[in-house]
Amino acid sequence: MLDRAASQLKFRDPRRARALLDALDRRVQAIGRSPVSVMHVCGSHEQAIARYGMRSSFPRHLEVIMGPGCPVCVTDLPEVDEAVALALSGVRVATYGDMLNVRGTSMSLGDAMADGGRVEVVYSITQAVSLARDADEPLVFFASGFETTAVATAAVLLANPPANFSVLSAHKYIPPVMEIVAEMPESRVEGFLAAGHAATITGFGVFERFVERHGVPVVVAGFEPLDILAGLVELVTLIQEGRAEVRNAFPRCVTRDGNRRAQEQLWEVFRPIGGRWRGIAHVPNGNLRLREEFGKWDARSRFDIDPRPLWDHAPSRLVERCQCGDIMAGIASPTDCDLFGRDCVPSAPVGACMVSAEGTCKIWHRYGGHPDLRGGRT
Amino acid sequence: MNSKIGTFNSRVELAHGGGGPAMRGLIERMFIPGFPQTDVGLQAMDDGAALRVGDRWLVVTTDSHVIHPVFFPGGDIGRLSIAGTVNDLAAMGCTEPLGLTCAVVMEEGFPLAELERIWRSIKGTCEEAGTTVVAGDTKVMGRGEVDGIVLNTTGVGWADHLVRDCGLTAGDNIIVSGSIGDHGLAIMATRASLALDTELESDVAPLGGLVRAVLDAGGGGVVAMKDATRGGLASALFEMGGKSGVGVVLDEPSIPVRDGVTAAAELLGIDPLHVANEGKVVIGVRPDATEAVLAALRAHPLGGNAALIGRCVTERPGSVVLDTGFGRRLLTELDGEPLPRIC
Repeated sequence: MLDRAASQLKFRDPRRARALLDALDRRVQAIGRSPVSVMHVCGSHEQAIARYGMRSSFPRHLEVIMGPGCPVCVTDLPEVDEAVALALSGVRVATYGDMLNVRGTSMSLGDAMADGGRVEVVYSITQAVSLARDADEPLVFFASGFETTAVATAAVLLANPPANFSVLSAHKYIPPVMEIVAEMPESRVEGFLAAGHAATITGFGVFERFVERHGVPVVVAGFEPLDILAGLVELVTLIQEGRAEVRNAFPRCVTRDGNRRAQEQLWEVFRPIGGRWRGIAHVPNGNLRLREEFGKWDARSRFDIDPRPLWDHAPSRLVERCQCGDIMAGIASPTDCDLFGRDCVPSAPVGACMVSAEGTCKIWHRYGGHPDLRGGRT
Repeated sequence: MNSKIGTFNSRVELAHGGGGPAMRGLIERMFIPGFPQTDVGLQAMDDGAALRVGDRWLVVTTDSHVIHPVFFPGGDIGRLSIAGTVNDLAAMGCTEPLGLTCAVVMEEGFPLAELERIWRSIKGTCEEAGTTVVAGDTKVMGRGEVDGIVLNTTGVGWADHLVRDCGLTAGDNIIVSGSIGDHGLAIMATRASLALDTELESDVAPLGGLVRAVLDAGGGGVVAMKDATRGGLASALFEMGGKSGVGVVLDEPSIPVRDGVTAAAELLGIDPLHVANEGKVVIGVRPDATEAVLAALRAHPLGGNAALIGRCVTERPGSVVLDTGFGRRLLTELDGEPLPRIC
């Protein structure tokens, strides 16, 4: 385990980073426009960029926008309401910790817990299955996450989990939302940096039709600092050369076809349907719901969930000022929001982006906000 | 709601003991007000108090110790309780404590064999530190009224050259006496039952002798010290920089962190700079004393990995800038517990 971790450190060599940053600088200058705007769609990319202070070293004319890369943040109010209503009705609900403090229309699962609702925090779906196995009563797993996590849910449902176990799926699928963002009138995105871990499952081939349709290049990148820089160099080169192509800058993990077995399992269990992503838009085929064959494990068919009593509350003034939607769509930065770091902090979050470890606001807050620390590099 | 959110709600929270902003808020707003100002007293919020007696300083500090598990790789609660107080004294320049008191609060049913083991460890650590326990107190509470054992130690001694945590000026260098994060990650890896190839060990050790060597080598050029316990290196530097009114720029690649600690921290999603050390001191030195202090540290058995990790600047007083080698960002303090990540 330590050996594997140590080998990752090779991708953290500051000298190689300097060479890549110089290459990036030259490519951006060669394009000769300002800004050149690219978007990543993954909380883990933002995490690494913020952790290593990379924005202070990016070329001045390169804008790296954070897209809708946090599955917890884009979970819509009605989905949270369903989980809250279930918990308040006395059903045991297991959830990832990130989701605990995300508010629905009027309450979060954490609020439901304080009001006597039965909520358990788990680290994985297998832990939720164990909880079900150890008890006679129903247990609902509130399943959030992109295709990376949805595959784990699918594998569990294919392994015939106990009859008292069921899933309330809030899983989301990333490729369709990239289409939405690319088509937004205010979008300035000239290229996408796609998430390496999701692509280990989908394969980079999944982006080929997207690239064709929108004429925008996509580069799949990993999560170490050098992975991200190499991905950005590749992406900016494609922009400079005017080539709308898919490139794989994470070849040590990602192939064109991806993990076929995992894809089969994913689509055997789930079907894509349209639905709202919080703050962004209705995303056709963006939500993953259980297929009818898996109805006996689908909380939506097993329980009569009635979230209407939760709708009787006006949102607070602070919530009305929250800019999570624009931040996730890549139109605004956390520092554009006047709540950030003052009225909205991790211990008292207003919007979902300040709750989840994948949320842009939480990440920026953890790593010191975003003051202009340029100037360290000559 | 305002910027003090989370520091003063209606109940005591774990964060109020975490060594970060919530704890400082509680101390500043509840514990300090109403007590008269003393030489270096509560208001200073230093590692301990210093009372002027003639031309010398009488330094006194107290520390309570609760840790789970009581026996951990590299140490135990007994060693921790002696080293913790000895190190708080040492960080103020008091390197030869006159003596310590030790109060023991135990839960009914606590095994006597474990108590004996802890007491042997206390004696051994006292010998190592060149001090002794001169007074004590024993209390037993009912089952469930306290978790196992709690130890409190108080230490007292003289300092001729008092070193505060607020003495930094722009241009000073920042030195750390060895690898960072060992204690906190050893405890967390044990609690999470991480199956690591190399077992991580706490660095818990009394630092009186090491600090004496630093003071002898650096003299008046040693301008600030703090032992980097709860809140880790990050909180120690925050306090030192904030109280001194300087900015601190850290060179992250120069900060000594063991490979095993880095790996465990990655697995747990924790920054080694945020976790406790129990055998490391952060030292602010004038540029002309830097080499001598580093040499003295490296010649000492507990200072072999000592390193120059940063410097003080006039820009951004009170903040700590981390140069990662890939860019620069602000280092923040950890306040409260992180939530588990999901993907």
